[in-house]
This record gives sequence, structure tokens and C-alpha cells, in this order.
Amino acid sequence: MWRWATLSPALVLLLALGLLPVLNLVVLGFFDVRWADGRASWSFVGTRHYAALAGDALFGASIANTMLFALGAVAGQMLLGFALALLCSKVTRGRVFWRALFILPVLMPGIVIGAMWKLLLNPDFGAIGQLFELVGLQPVDWLGNARIALFSVVLVDVWHWTPFCFLLFLAGLESLPRDVYEAATVDGADAWQELWHITLPLMWPTIVVTFVFRLVLAFKVFDEVYLLTGGGPGTATEVVSFTIYQRFFTEDRAGYGAAMAVAVIFLIFLMLAAAAAARRRVQAA
Amino acid sequence: MRALRREVVLQVLLLLCGLVVVLPFLWVVAAGFRTQISLLMGDFWFTPSLAAFQEVLFSKTSAFLHNARNSVIIGLASTAVSLVAATLGAWSLHRMRWPRWWVHLLLLWALVLQMIPPVALAGGWFVMARGVGLDNTLIGLILAHATLNLPMALWMMGVFVRDVPQDLVEAARLDGASTPVLLWRVVLPLVAPGFAAAGVLCFVFSWNEFAVALNLSMRDTATVPVAIAKFAQDFEIRYVQMAAAASLSAIPALLLLLVAQRWIVKGLTLGAVK
Repeated sequence: MWRWATLSPALVLLLALGLLPVLNLVVLGFFDVRWADGRASWSFVGTRHYAALAGDALFGASIANTMLFALGAVAGQMLLGFALALLCSKVTRGRVFWRALFILPVLMPGIVIGAMWKLLLNPDFGAIGQLFELVGLQPVDWLGNARIALFSVVLVDVWHWTPFCFLLFLAGLESLPRDVYEAATVDGADAWQELWHITLPLMWPTIVVTFVFRLVLAFKVFDEVYLLTGGGPGTATEVVSFTIYQRFFTEDRAGYGAAMAVAVIFLIFLMLAAAAAARRRVQAA
Repeated sequence: MRALRREVVLQVLLLLCGLVVVLPFLWVVAAGFRTQISLLMGDFWFTPSLAAFQEVLFSKTSAFLHNARNSVIIGLASTAVSLVAATLGAWSLHRMRWPRWWVHLLLLWALVLQMIPPVALAGGWFVMARGVGLDNTLIGLILAHATLNLPMALWMMGVFVRDVPQDLVEAARLDGASTPVLLWRVVLPLVAPGFAAAGVLCFVFSWNEFAVALNLSMRDTATVPVAIAKFAQDFEIRYVQMAAAASLSAIPALLLLLVAQRWIVKGLTLGAVK
């Protein structure tokens, strides 16, 4: 009896509020919905939305952009975060202070990060532009130039989430066994050998966990893009969350938006399955 | 001597990284103290003005205090719901007798739920909320945020619940403790650190959440991030007001970082190291 009583609150949230909306989207994807006088009228369209999805160039662009964004941003965050963690783990004083300082961006709302960098990257009065001018560089239209807009959004995301990778890596480094390093020093290993042959192999599990975790979060990116570029210029920074949002909410094409959401969820399933299969293979080898 | 020189070099490098983190914040806070003209002119020196903060907080064109009230209510309530559901649920799943496939299935679903873009869920919730009349209510957003944060809380509480010693549980049972008494008197004090860590993070993530709040709220239920985005969307972007509002919205995270840094670090690193 207590078994069910203790589980029920979580079960209600997971199923009624977690599973039901997804099922709702699946059903909705086969319909066209019109809102009139606050009442919805549904008309069945079969798989027409899914057929349209296959030929939707915007959807294709947003999938490609999202993957580029996620891989680029996460790679940058992991490298910088690891370097920063190594740096921080080597100092003897003030480690707690630096850690507290570096966490700051992680705790900020994505929308605040977006607002901040919208100001900082503004070509007319932003601090970055002024900095460029100061050292004699040409001003750059970071968010308005279609060729570099996605790169700029990646940079902002790297600034936002590098501290998170740093935090996980620092915790990992601090939990490594000391005696291995002492033995290496006795054997005369230099700093690079130590990093390559001891630290990296020992840190591998933490690195993989951080990578997967960040990749999943990066795939959901919405807030920063919403404020910084609104998907533009053109489709340069169109990402899946933003495309779903536009179809579903701003254009009121709930059926098509739902089909898109279902396709994205399915894609995430595929990636999860691929990751699990890869892991099994590595473990078997 | 060499050790000292190395320490100085490392500290200087860390200071440079620290500046990369802090300077953008300071510049934006400073922008909040400018006037729109001074900002657009791009002069380095300016006379500080409280006009933007005053406008954000007290003018008729802004409902920031009301938005902050909504955010606090939603944050506290959704955190409470997530924590209760996660603690009880974690105990049930990890320490009570369930078929293994059922436990695995639920935890796997929690993982998948965590991976689904919130915007996609917002679409489903939007239709559901309209159906039962919860659209444009704080309750709708509270439940949505509680659901979004539950997988993380469930995972964190699971780590702590599994560490509760079986001896203590059996001793309490022998003393005739019922399940609620056991949970309240024995388990809760032992998992208190996890409770604190999960609680702080649930609140911060709810306070920060934008994609769902944007689509499930209207004027009078809008949260702080929705209000900040609004400043960027008016016909003419209100830059200084946006900077002032962004600065104000950072206050809760700053306070929590000061008083609860331990729990934040513990919460964020949990699982990656274990």
C-alpha cells in the first residue's frame, strides 16, 4: 500500500504531465487545428504533415544548425572547461573563491545571457565592438551577418556553459587518487606525460558523462537564440526548438508544429539508442 | 621559490579568466545605470542615472514587480512539488519492493523526458491546459516547472536515498515505526543534504525557465524572463531597461551563490563524479 502511496506523486507528474503531452502531440500531428471563439475544431489530415516535413527546407536547416551548434558549443566548452579545471586544481590558495566566481554564468537565466550579449555584441555601441576599435580591428556585425551569426551564438553558449564543464571536471580532478601522481613524479614523468597517461585516462568517465549531458542540453537551446537572433538572419541560426515554437505558437499551426515536435523527439530517441549501442560495443571490446 | 613563482603565474591566469566572466556582467549592470542616449552614443564615461531601474520597477509600462512575484510563487511551489514527489518517489523506487523492469522503465522515461525540448512539451501542455481551463494560471506553470525539474530531483534524491543504511531502517521498523514515521524521522534527516541541493537547483531552474513560461503565460501570469524578453521586442528595443531588468533578475542567483554555494556545487556535480 505504501509502495503506491509514496510513488504516486512522482508517477502522476511523470505520466499525466510528462507522457500525456507527448501522446497529445502524437495525436495532434495527424490533425489540423483551428481556434475559433476559444474553441478548437480538429480536422483529420492523416500523414500529410509528416510528408510536408520531409520536404521542409527550413526544418532541414534547423536540424543541421542545431547539430552544428551543439557539437561546436560543447566541444569549445569541454576544452576550455578542462583547461580551466586543470589550472584551478593546481593552485594552492583561493580555489573555493575562483570556483564560486566561475559558476556565476551557469546560474543565470538563459534569457539574461541573451540580453547581455545582445547588448555586448551590438555593432553600434556594444563593448566588444568598442574593444575591437580600441585595438584597431574592423567592427564586426556579429549577429546580423548570416555567415557568422551561428558562430556568434556558439561563442555566447560557450561563455554561458564552460563553467559547468569546469565544475564537473574540477570535482573529477579533486577525486583522483594522489598516490598515482606521486609515483609518476618519482618515475620522472613530465607534466605532459602526466596529463596524457594519467589524468586523461582516469578522467575519461567524467569526460563522457559531461559530454553527453551537455550535448543533450545544447540540443534544447532556445532562450539565447530567441533573444539574440530570432533564428535569423534568414535561416542562419534557426534551431529546432525555435522552429517548433514558430510553427506551433506564433503561426498557430499546432498540427504541423506537433508533427515537427514528434519528429524531433523521435530523433532524440535515435541518438539515445545509438549512444547506448556505442557504449555496449565499447564495453564488449 | 619555484613553487611560489608557479603559484603567482597560475593565479594571474585565473584572474584573467575571472575577468572574462565578470566584466560582461559589470558592463551590463553599468548599462542599466545609463540613459538610452548615453548608451547609444557609446561614451565610456557617463553620469549614473537611476531612471532605467525606476522605470522597470515602478512605471506603468512595466510590471516587473508583479512578474517577480509570479516567479517567486512559481519557483517556490514547483520546487516543493518536485521535492516531495522526488523524495517519496526515490524512496519507493529504490528501497521498496517493485519489479525491476518497472523501476528501470520509470527511470528511463524520466531520462527521456529530460531530453525532450521544453518547447515541444509546452505545445502538449498548452492544448491540455486549455482543455481543463488551466491556461494562463500560475497553477499550470507550477505543474509544468515541477514536471521539468522532477527528473533531475528524482535522480539526485535517488543517489542519497540509496545511501541510507539498511540497519537504521530495520532498527526503526523493530521499534514499530510506520512508513510515514520512518520517512519523516529517519530518512529525511539523512537525505537532508540532497534535499537542500535539489531544492536550490529546482528553484534556480524554475526562476530561469523561459521557453515554457513564454507560451503558457499571458500578461498577468508572466514571469521575470518573459518580462525581460519583452523589452527586446517592443517596436524600439529598450536597451537600458533590458539591462536594468537583467541585472535585477540576477539577484536571487547571486544571493543563493553566497549562502548556498555548497549545495549548488554538490547538486551540479552529483552523478558526474559518482
